[in-house]
Amino acid sequence: MTALLELKHVAKKYNTGTMALSDVNFSVSKGEFVSIIGPSGAGKSTLIRCINRLIDASGGEVRLDGVNVLNLNKRALQQTRVKIGMIFQHYNLVERLSVIDNVLHGRLGYKNVITGSLGIYTSDEKKQAIEILHSLGLEEQVYKRCDQLSGGQKQRVGIARALIQEPKLLLCDEPIASLDPNASKVIMDHLRSICSRLGITVLVNLHQVDVAMKYSDTIIGMRKGSVVYNGSAQGMKAETIFDIYGSEASDLGIEIGVTHAS
Amino acid sequence: MSSMSSKSDGEMSKGIPNLAKKPFDKASFVLRFTLLSMLVLTIFSFISFDYKDIRVFAAIGEAINNLVAMFSKAQFTNFTFQDALLAVLVTICLALLTTVFGAVIALFFGLLAARNLSSPLLSSLIKGGVAFIRAVPTVLWVLIFAVPAGLGSVAAVIGMTFHSIGYLIKAYSESFEELDKGMIEALRSSGAGWWHIVFQAVIPSSKSYLMSWTFMRFEINCGAAVAMGAAAGAGGVGFDMFMASSFYLDMREVGAITWLILLFALVMETSATHLKNKLK
Amino acid sequence: MQASYFLKKRLSTALFIIILLAITAGAVILTGFDFMAGFASIPKAAEWGITQFYPTAESLDKLPDILDKLLETIMLSIASTTIAGGAAVILAVLGSKTMQVHVIFSVICRGIASVFRNIDVSAWSLILLFSFGQHVLTGFFALFFVSFGFLTRAFTETIDEVSSHAVEALKAAGAGYFTIVFRSVIPSAIPRKLSWVLFMMETNIRSATLVGILTGTGIGFSFDLYYKSFNYHAASLVVICIVATILAIEFVSNTIRRMIL
Repeated sequence: MTALLELKHVAKKYNTGTMALSDVNFSVSKGEFVSIIGPSGAGKSTLIRCINRLIDASGGEVRLDGVNVLNLNKRALQQTRVKIGMIFQHYNLVERLSVIDNVLHGRLGYKNVITGSLGIYTSDEKKQAIEILHSLGLEEQVYKRCDQLSGGQKQRVGIARALIQEPKLLLCDEPIASLDPNASKVIMDHLRSICSRLGITVLVNLHQVDVAMKYSDTIIGMRKGSVVYNGSAQGMKAETIFDIYGSEASDLGIEIGVTHAS
Repeated sequence: MSSMSSKSDGEMSKGIPNLAKKPFDKASFVLRFTLLSMLVLTIFSFISFDYKDIRVFAAIGEAINNLVAMFSKAQFTNFTFQDALLAVLVTICLALLTTVFGAVIALFFGLLAARNLSSPLLSSLIKGGVAFIRAVPTVLWVLIFAVPAGLGSVAAVIGMTFHSIGYLIKAYSESFEELDKGMIEALRSSGAGWWHIVFQAVIPSSKSYLMSWTFMRFEINCGAAVAMGAAAGAGGVGFDMFMASSFYLDMREVGAITWLILLFALVMETSATHLKNKLK
Repeated sequence: MQASYFLKKRLSTALFIIILLAITAGAVILTGFDFMAGFASIPKAAEWGITQFYPTAESLDKLPDILDKLLETIMLSIASTTIAGGAAVILAVLGSKTMQVHVIFSVICRGIASVFRNIDVSAWSLILLFSFGQHVLTGFFALFFVSFGFLTRAFTETIDEVSSHAVEALKAAGAGYFTIVFRSVIPSAIPRKLSWVLFMMETNIRSATLVGILTGTGIGFSFDLYYKSFNYHAASLVVICIVATILAIEFVSNTIRRMIL
């Protein structure tokens, strides 16, 4: 298996002086489903944003297809970002626009200044957008305004926006943290099938250990900005969870119980 | 007046013993201090005004008689009704031009002044410049532009546009800054450029705010256009009113023109309220 | 469906732009606005500003006079705003939905405020010139009327937004009208009302310049005098003084606002 994404010695120090990440190393293969778990404040969000440089890492290398993302100039960075889809905890849609407008925003990275600004899309792109929305079960909502949708529907629009980019890698920052259990399951099932059916590599930040173990090929555990576990979902033990969550592990009693059960 | 002052006095006397017992409440102290200073300054200014030889109460009585006569016996003499109507239209057009030019220019600079869309340096620079532009009263901008351009519609529109730009940049950039950060982040993460984000996310999301700020400025500009007609020879109904008042000394004609202005202003205000409710 | 959705969206944008352009073109024709002259005036004004519109040592002699007039204008603005604020509180209580005595009475209160607010301050100046002549009272009443109208509306809205719950509670407890007004309606909304008064004061200092030009009083008169006698150095000094005053007042009122809200 070839590595699609490789992180070497990645560090991030904020201006305030806090070390959000220190010496993070791991690699992700093509078509893999990877979850990053850890307590809040462990640096999961920072890490995922360092990959597409929404946050600039202060040191190390982030290699996508062998190219170090951290050295790219503005133009090249935009072209790289096109290959990386991203979905967010709070969906981050333009709420006042319709579903299809939001999905088509995923194509902006392919456009020049004028066609993109005016929102001129080809009929192929529109057709593709509708197909993706159908596959996610949103055929009824295509022309609705996003502020009329439920949380789960909004997240599916977010996924559609990422998919229309035709990405190699999908970054998901706490995709189910704001959703109820049913909607969460729908979203995770979609993400899993995107990985296995479309062969897109998926990297998900999660705080639910049980969900991570159910869906992932590989789990990366983080604590205080460092990777403390990197291995298969099956390899997770109660001690591993204690390593990741430390004294806070007792608060996660139920989830550890689930782990034992599985 | 009486209600507010007696109120603050009452609270002052009640508040002093309380202050000793309670922990020091900065907000209400500042509030009382401000109210009291306004009151003191007001009394002081009434003492310090140069009343010349005017007998204040007699003059107020006369003013009331004048006002009643002006509005009840309103009549056009030097101008016809059609003249005045056309003049109102000219005034509205001056305000409209000013608002359109102001809005277009302010939209661009408002984007550059918004902290979430621009660099901190550029944003501070523009905001500083805007504070200065806004601090110069509109009439002074118009008179300053009247030196090279001559008194008239050009100086009026350019001068008034300056002040509108200042006002709208502030209003627009604050609307942009209130937008959801995540929305911009999402488009940046997909490789979209600055202009894409502006036209596809920022403007569609803030459209209703932009519209209501712009309309509010249009209302202000209508007033300003009347004033510029009167004070800076910009033409329109303000100029007619100035002529009726200072040149023909025709009180009843001033009354008639005022009725007309009032009518248009009320229509404008009603439609503004209507528009605001609709946008909500 | 798909084609018509995008077509409709594009058409409505195009229509908006076309209507806007048409109205603008109409306004250009009607006002006789000359684009070339307009654009040309900006660099010319800049050139003139740099070469002539700055204070010289000589013009500094006028500074005491200017400051004297400036003080008069500041006092005028403060006095008119304060008194307008006091008067507006009464009318706003009577005009508010929360505390209205009778619907018709409330409508009348709102109507009075609307008339005062919708006649521009320059028009009020010209109206009042008949009675008070070139006198500080002309400016005082012009600023007072407009502030009164504006503040009444602002206070009415504030009362209806802020006080309605507190009033309900007191009404339920059987409190009388004046008790409710003085114990609940006025105190609960005071910080926001003061914020509006401060805003009005800033506006009035700008307006006072205009009123001064029309009525021959205060700092506006100083500017007009130097401007019309081509003493641009002294006129620029007036502008600098006004700008400094307005920035200072804005700073003070923002500071107060931060502390009370």
